[in-house]
Amino acid sequence: MSSGVATFATIFFSMILVNNYVLVQFLGICPFLGVSKKLDSSVGMGLAVIAVMFIATAVTFPLQMFLLDKEGLAYMQTIIFILVIAVLVQLIEITLKRYIPALYKSLGVYLPLITTNCCVLGVTILAVQNYSADMAAYGFGFAYAEALICSVGAGVGFLVAMLLFCGVRQRVENADPPESFKGLPITLVSAAITSLSFMGFGGLVENIIGALM
Amino acid sequence: MNEKQSKWKVFTNGIIKENPVLRLVLGCCSALAVTTTVSGALGMGLSMTFVLLGSNIVISALRKVIPGKVHLPCYIVIIATFVTVVEMVLHAYMPDLFKTLGVFLSLIVVNCIILGRAEMFACKNTVIDSALDGLGMGVGYILVMFLMSSIREIIASGTWLGIQLIPDSVEKMTVMGSAPGGFFVFGCLMALCIWIENKLNKPIERKMCGDCPGCGHADAACSQGKDGKGGTEA
Repeated sequence: MSSGVATFATIFFSMILVNNYVLVQFLGICPFLGVSKKLDSSVGMGLAVIAVMFIATAVTFPLQMFLLDKEGLAYMQTIIFILVIAVLVQLIEITLKRYIPALYKSLGVYLPLITTNCCVLGVTILAVQNYSADMAAYGFGFAYAEALICSVGAGVGFLVAMLLFCGVRQRVENADPPESFKGLPITLVSAAITSLSFMGFGGLVENIIGALM
Repeated sequence: MNEKQSKWKVFTNGIIKENPVLRLVLGCCSALAVTTTVSGALGMGLSMTFVLLGSNIVISALRKVIPGKVHLPCYIVIIATFVTVVEMVLHAYMPDLFKTLGVFLSLIVVNCIILGRAEMFACKNTVIDSALDGLGMGVGYILVMFLMSSIREIIASGTWLGIQLIPDSVEKMTVMGSAPGGFFVFGCLMALCIWIENKLNKPIERKMCGDCPGCGHADAACSQGKDGKGGTEA
């Protein structure tokens, strides 16, 4: 059992630190650059992304395992997944609007942006790629749990990156770079430095959890 | 003559005036991720151009049929179809390139350039203009990808398209090939672009995600036109 917990913990923490979607794998750069100007909007966007990623993976993973792979329709993956995500985002938007209007007010503006956020489609496709092989070895439950934990870890990683970068950015706003670096270029260069700091986490998670278990 | 000039303008618009990556700041994810090698970047650029051309043609041909309220799902299905075609062709005939591009090939579906051009151009213009716009945007995208990947490949591994340029004895800056290098090169290229703009006295304001009309918001150009508020559609 402890090996299961270790696997899950490794997946979760390496998705946040080592394989951070934004800073290491380049998924979801547009919202990362566009929405990270203010702290409250970065938190809102991050939370909305966590929720949508989790629900999208929860739906698409069994869909791939039991429908697409069984029927030999694996080539339909892209079309089916993006449609599922588009429908889910719409459903979440309608549900929030109807039942939790307060939450809708704070998160609602970010939901339309999420359909076309590549980290959501990315996490569903990568979860299938990485964990579908475990289904034969450990059963569907284990593989499904791995995929779900991966999706939450990726979402939390997105939130962490947004928060950290929001702080960096507020310092950069007050700096005085050369004329042509003002605005986006200096933001990108500071993103490079933030990303450089995340490279230091390579190999860290496996070793720590390996030592603990 | 005049007609020809305007068509030529539509085509070149995407290459310099509205270059998708450096001036409209769309589709940065793939521009950062697959520019580690020149061959990968060219493959990505060509795939992108094909999808952009196909989706622009189909969307502009169907622009009067697609209802404004569900235009986003319709566009996504059309784009996803073309992406699937590219995926299957590359998987069958160029397995190496397919592996290099990996998940970013499927992610062309959510690339803002394609949806952005559908929302900003194809839904309001004729089929021929949209095709030219798609081609122009594609060429603009390929040029930026080519430039970025050349810089990164030469600095990071000393090769260009696989040809050795810097001898093995010289230490390479491998960090340029990984994530931070991508951000850095992109930032410097954009700074160069702004510097040229300032020299030519033609600065533009770059829009970022959240206030660009590409993502199919309720207030996007197309849905407005269809609902009869914007009135861009005849």
